[in-house]
Amino acid sequence: MSYKKRLDNRKPDELRKMEAKVGVIKNADGSAYFKIGNTCAYAAVYGPRELYPRFLHNPSKGILRCSYSMMPFSGSGNRVRPGQNRRAKEISMVTEKALLPVLNLDEYPNSVVDVFIELPQTEAGSRCAGICAASMALADAGLVMSDLVSAVSVGRVDDMLVVDLDYSEEAYEDGPVADIPLAILPRTDEITLLQMDGEITKEMLLDAIELGKKSCHEIYEIQKKALKEKYAVKGDE
Amino acid sequence: MASNELKSHFIKLLNEGKRLDGRDISELRQPIKVEYGISKTAEGSAKVTMGDTEVLAGVKMEISEPYPDTPDQGTIMVGAELIPLSSPEFESGPPSIKAVELARVVDRGIRESKAIDFRKLCIKKGEKIWILLIDIVTLNDDGNLIDASALAALAALKDAKFPEVKDGAIDYKKKTDKSIDLVKEPIAVTVFKVGNHFIVDPTREEEKAIGTRLTITTTKNNLICALQKSGDSSLTQEDISRMIDIAIEKAKILREAL
Repeated sequence: MSYKKRLDNRKPDELRKMEAKVGVIKNADGSAYFKIGNTCAYAAVYGPRELYPRFLHNPSKGILRCSYSMMPFSGSGNRVRPGQNRRAKEISMVTEKALLPVLNLDEYPNSVVDVFIELPQTEAGSRCAGICAASMALADAGLVMSDLVSAVSVGRVDDMLVVDLDYSEEAYEDGPVADIPLAILPRTDEITLLQMDGEITKEMLLDAIELGKKSCHEIYEIQKKALKEKYAVKGDE
Repeated sequence: MASNELKSHFIKLLNEGKRLDGRDISELRQPIKVEYGISKTAEGSAKVTMGDTEVLAGVKMEISEPYPDTPDQGTIMVGAELIPLSSPEFESGPPSIKAVELARVVDRGIRESKAIDFRKLCIKKGEKIWILLIDIVTLNDDGNLIDASALAALAALKDAKFPEVKDGAIDYKKKTDKSIDLVKEPIAVTVFKVGNHFIVDPTREEEKAIGTRLTITTTKNNLICALQKSGDSSLTQEDISRMIDIAIEKAKILREAL
């Protein structure tokens, strides 16, 4: 039996329902909330601020430091042990690389911009939700940025290309599956996050990326709208 | 502001009957808000807002073996994460002493009030019990984390539904309509002594100028079920008596938010 219709009845290029909000954590210099389907991410930015330990200092520019973390009750199965496991460390690192290209930290030598991503509830696509929230939080912090970063997972389930896979699709057993988290800079369509697990041909991969770009542009509009809601000047469009 | 200057300014204001943020001396901040079901992956969850302080709590339920000395009782475990997302003063890494103390004070309030009959969490004597894993995560720290966390933990327990169990295995995707039987509602109120004044619900700034505190957890019938004194200064017996009266009075207000 091949996969012809998505299990939750979405169209192949249809994202789950989204929600975005900027300025949700008062203590932070910038913050945001991004929800897609049942996956929710908070992001907070602190900085540029003094960097410890000192041996990390870079005298020519500031550094970006990201931390991705699932809250203990955010997994669909057993409790998630708090603290950074290997998976969280890797996601923190790729998140950092996904965001770095839009930032210009030349003005902040020896300093750090800390980005903390925390998920109270997850159901697939959590690293992409984290990146979406983080890029809005960086903008909310007033940092100089060349663009936002928008991210979504794309992939194949059997012979169908789909965007924003949920758990049931990631776990589909009656045919090959590929899950591809993707982040782009919407102004130029350059790619800053690309991972994959599963199996796929080159042609299918390129088609999947093309589909993902379109979805990222939809997400981009929602991110911009959330920022404008906080910063819009009355009477200004 | 240097902490000595802050403290003398703080006491001067208190002498005039005002707080650093303009409230009356014994007032709790507003809003006091409890939202249930903020995490669908948890069996129970809640978010508590007290002024600008925001705390999340979630309950996960797992099947485990009982302790050998209580073969017919389930148990609870409380963890707290003071995450760096929520304050410029929190750092990554293993739980700080502040987080450990917070979790233990919340744990004692629930455990010692006997809010939950642990015997009802027994599935098969000597073999299988429910363990309720309660985790507290701070979202924005503007002071008074212990009171907000205890309230959030209690609210998450109230919100919780047991998951379905089939052939001894939990199906987390399916929740039953069975709740945890909460027979008491322990409410923690921390009373702080500043100079000769007693205050509740301090902001993060106010906490920096405070020497001593006493957390008093009480149930609806005004029974005290947990205490924790902390801070560098001493308290007299009269102080403690006053503080208990204040805690009982303020607990009523917090209980109404549930």
